[in-house]
Amino acid sequence: MSVLLIAEHNNKELRPFTLNAVTAASQIDADVHAVVIGQNCDEAAKALSQLPLVKKVIHVEATYYENFVAENFAPVIVKLADNYSHIVCSANTFGKNLMPRIAASLDTSQISDIIKVISADTFLRPIYAGNAFATVKSKDAKKCVTIRPTSFDPCESSGGSAPIEKADPGEEFGHTKFVKREEIKSDRPELGTARVVISGGRGMQNGDNFKLITSIADKLNAAIGASRAAVDAGYISNDHQVGQTGKVVVPDLYIAVGISGAIQHLAGMKESKIIVAINKDGEAPIFSVADYGLEADLFEALPQFLEELNKLNTIQK
Amino acid sequence: MKILVAVKRVIDYNVQVRVKEDNTGVVTDNVKMSTNPPDDNAIEEAVKIKESGKATEVIAVSIGEEKAQETVRKALAVGADRGILVKVDGIVEPLAVSKLLQKIVEKEKPDLVFMGKQAIDDDCNQTGQMLSALLNWPQATFASKIEIKDKKLEVTREIDEGLETIEINIPAIVTCDLRLNEPRYASLPNIMKAKKKPIEQLNASDLGVDTSPRIEQIKVEEPPKRKAGIKVSSVAELVQKLKNEAKVI
Repeated sequence: MSVLLIAEHNNKELRPFTLNAVTAASQIDADVHAVVIGQNCDEAAKALSQLPLVKKVIHVEATYYENFVAENFAPVIVKLADNYSHIVCSANTFGKNLMPRIAASLDTSQISDIIKVISADTFLRPIYAGNAFATVKSKDAKKCVTIRPTSFDPCESSGGSAPIEKADPGEEFGHTKFVKREEIKSDRPELGTARVVISGGRGMQNGDNFKLITSIADKLNAAIGASRAAVDAGYISNDHQVGQTGKVVVPDLYIAVGISGAIQHLAGMKESKIIVAINKDGEAPIFSVADYGLEADLFEALPQFLEELNKLNTIQK
Repeated sequence: MKILVAVKRVIDYNVQVRVKEDNTGVVTDNVKMSTNPPDDNAIEEAVKIKESGKATEVIAVSIGEEKAQETVRKALAVGADRGILVKVDGIVEPLAVSKLLQKIVEKEKPDLVFMGKQAIDDDCNQTGQMLSALLNWPQATFASKIEIKDKKLEVTREIDEGLETIEINIPAIVTCDLRLNEPRYASLPNIMKAKKKPIEQLNASDLGVDTSPRIEQIKVEEPPKRKAGIKVSSVAELVQKLKNEAKVI
């Protein structure tokens, strides 16, 4: 049977990780249908129909879908689920919030955060903050799977022309009301998809000192990350957190500054291609995963780093 | 108002987890176990609400082997009034846990159910949402702030893009983020007092829930190891290596 992919979007555009989720869905079965639920989300539906891997788009509209409340979304998917063997979504906060509500309604034991499709019923997923990888096989007739977006490449985004079919909305769930969303806007690349990420930890000592990180991020066109310790200490907002309970990043270059390397932080970045650690404690666990370690005081090293970058003729963007 | 808090016994977050040689799981013998960290935040929040006079009773429930009693006892030591232990051996998947919790909710009739947003062992992040679906209650996941307003809760949620605020009617499920509060430590007198608080013991089968796994764990392996890196002696050397060796800048 076919796979139903739940698109994540902002009513205008698809969120970038929808493309990674489509890739994962297509590895389960080539017949991928995608559902977009929202309000005035024609453009998102159209973008979805242009993904060559998507064979059909199901478009569901209602005013109460504007803010992606899981209690409203789940019944729509449950109703569509009859026609599908798998329901797939990204394991970001949207999918994490929504998928278990669907799985429980379908009496299915969900498989969360897969990093590899081994076969249509067998998947690889990290457990214990990535300290172990489990190969798991679902015995349920219908499978609910969330995928770790950074473990799958984004699919081709143009050239397709899948038919868009409208489906009826479900009833509104009256007990949950959206109040507001405070999105942090930034001109920088998104943390989850940036080619370079530079992160600061408790060693930064205060939020003001993050400007040392910002100036290097500007130079390298990098996203800015942080350890949980730095976020908890109030140096930077929570959307920057990299780790087991924050974002998982897999950039080409990850620079950890003043981060000791707690298990929970490593879980969010240790799959990065090249890892640089700058820390004055030579025994810090971060050095055990770093390709290049620099044992130094970050307040001396970061200005020097910027200076050395300024000397380079070219910098990859 | 009555608050039910679900707590899970997991390998302590400071322990370096090791995979068993026969690839059937991870080593748990002689390994320090603790309460799942965000479950500590859930208990703390419930106790704070009780202390503010807005709740009358906090009940801690754990599902797992006999030893999970220690986890319930710890919740009692930081302020829960009584405990429930539902005994099940082996892996209990979130779907089965949520079905067991549903039975407990039907029996205890709490107004709120709190738990951590995710357990740090299986990293599933499912139970709260599943329980909300089974009860058809509103859910506030990844909560970093909870305000009680009459028969409603205003909850700030941590989402990928920043923060989201929702208002949900009671009864409701809240899954707690680590930033919700700072869990207290149990004082020695309170640990002694907790020994006298009641813990009701049940078996999963008493509740009529089939807990047999739906997911077969084929094998558990070590993740691929990273090649050992090098230490560089200066910033200039670092930049040179990144440019010419790693070719990433």
